[in-house]
Amino acid sequence: MKPKRRLFRRQKQLNRSAAGNGLLFTLMFFCGIFMALPLVMIANNALKPLDEIFKYPPAIFVKNPTLENFTDLFVLMNDTWVPFSRYIFNTFIITGFGTVGHVLVASLAAYPLAKHDFPGKKIIFHMIVLSMMFSWTVTQIPNYMIISFLHINNTYLALILPAWQFGMGLYLMKQFMEQIPTTLVESSRLDGASEWKTYWTIIMPNVKPAWLTLAIFQFQQMWGNTGSTFLRSEELKPLQFALQQITAGGAKRAGASAAVSFILAAIPITFFLICQSNILETMTTSGMKE
Amino acid sequence: MAKNQQDILIEVRRKSSLRKRIVKSKTSYLMMAPYLILFFFFTVLPILVSIILSFTYFNMLEAPTFIGWANYTKLFLEDNIFLIALKNTLLFAIITGPASYLLCLLFAWIINEFHGKLRAFLTLVFYAPSICGQAYLIWNLIFTGDRYGILNGFLMNWGVINEAKIWMKDAKYILPFLIVVQLWLSLGTGFLAFIAGLQTVDRTLYEAAAVDGVKNRWQELWHVTLPAMKPQLMFGAVMQITQSFAIADVSIQLAGNPSVNYAGTTIVTHLLDYGTYRFEMGYASAIASVLFLLMVGTNKLVQRLLRRVGE
Repeated sequence: MKPKRRLFRRQKQLNRSAAGNGLLFTLMFFCGIFMALPLVMIANNALKPLDEIFKYPPAIFVKNPTLENFTDLFVLMNDTWVPFSRYIFNTFIITGFGTVGHVLVASLAAYPLAKHDFPGKKIIFHMIVLSMMFSWTVTQIPNYMIISFLHINNTYLALILPAWQFGMGLYLMKQFMEQIPTTLVESSRLDGASEWKTYWTIIMPNVKPAWLTLAIFQFQQMWGNTGSTFLRSEELKPLQFALQQITAGGAKRAGASAAVSFILAAIPITFFLICQSNILETMTTSGMKE
Repeated sequence: MAKNQQDILIEVRRKSSLRKRIVKSKTSYLMMAPYLILFFFFTVLPILVSIILSFTYFNMLEAPTFIGWANYTKLFLEDNIFLIALKNTLLFAIITGPASYLLCLLFAWIINEFHGKLRAFLTLVFYAPSICGQAYLIWNLIFTGDRYGILNGFLMNWGVINEAKIWMKDAKYILPFLIVVQLWLSLGTGFLAFIAGLQTVDRTLYEAAAVDGVKNRWQELWHVTLPAMKPQLMFGAVMQITQSFAIADVSIQLAGNPSVNYAGTTIVTHLLDYGTYRFEMGYASAIASVLFLLMVGTNKLVQRLLRRVGE
């Protein structure tokens, strides 16, 4: 295997010109500065002392960085009605189950859609793709009615279960699974593996970049949920809600709320980086061949 | 008569084989069951309910009353703002849709040319507007309507304009500026799917292509990479359609709802106006149904175009 990879690297270099590399690098550099603005701003705002936050005209970069905002935030956290650890626990449950469950349920359903042939397959798939084009704003009220009807109102399930069936996740997984050579699936069947086993040991490892990407999307989605429609009890609400309550305090909490923005962005970014580095890792190990 | 009997026979055989095929595929159905049950309760049912509601008058306090096509005729014949919204939405979709699709593809592909930590870092930088959730703050600073606004200050320094302009209160500028911001924001779902798609392209294809005489990275892109990631291209296109037809946040955050002279109004801001401020859910549902049909039509068209990639 090793000598082959070395050969391939040399050939890959053959198809790359220095001028092309230079051009792409410059393009990425200038566009990158523009795209990184929100990252730069959130980090700088979190470090600004109060007088700089209220400065007019506002500046992007911080002059006298301080960690005051974070210590303020910690003081405020201790004042909350429900212990703060409870909010963290809620978020952990909702985001964790919402993400893991969705990746499993959606990819399990995507496998037959991509690799099996059965009656009704086309109709089911078209329905799922079409459903993504209906505006969620008007389905909110029917959704609320259905969740009350199922008696899962004011439980974690009200947020977790609907999150398992987002059409985008299934569609994404199905598209990636289609790329896997059918011969791979057939040879696994010939070796006597059940469909469940084929799904778990052949399909899922080969679409690792896909489900890591899906996990990123889903994590972001679940993390952004304040749960204010379905959760009435304070002790069930997620971190997002608690932190936004702190921000709602207005001008006297501007410092703390800058710190909140930083934390709200930092956690999905950390999750994103972990997943992305794993996606890159697969590049050297994946060997899908016909 | 004989022919008729034969027809019946074929029909019977087809039906029984259908039943046999269904029984044979029970594992497939079993695997899909958890998803489909949830999908029925939390997507199909709500969509059906709101399509039914679009034929009623429903203010969320009283029970809905059936009014037939009245919502739809009002929408197209009496509601002038809806026509502006329709025009703006189509403009958004036609300009930002293809442009951001190509940008997603271009940036994903360029980033894939880099290696190691630099690539992970670049992915983060380009995905940053989608993940930070604070993006509008920056654009509000840029478009601030006095001379401290970044754009105003910049243009005045360069002598392009003499006095500060109130960008987001001038119907002339709203739509073009919103399009720029939307493009900046649009490296989201499609972008990450393309990056993952590039990872799953079979590496041996490139070796084979090099042997077959592919000379540079541009040829490699068109003849190897794009055809190999067609499934992702399809996915990206559908996501792009749903995103560019559903533009609303940018407009509301930067230009307000309603915006000056309705210059930034889109179908979804119009829908939000009726659904969340005026509580006319029947009418809002009708707007959603029209938008839905518009998206489905576009989707059909785009899928047909995409089949030609790499030919």
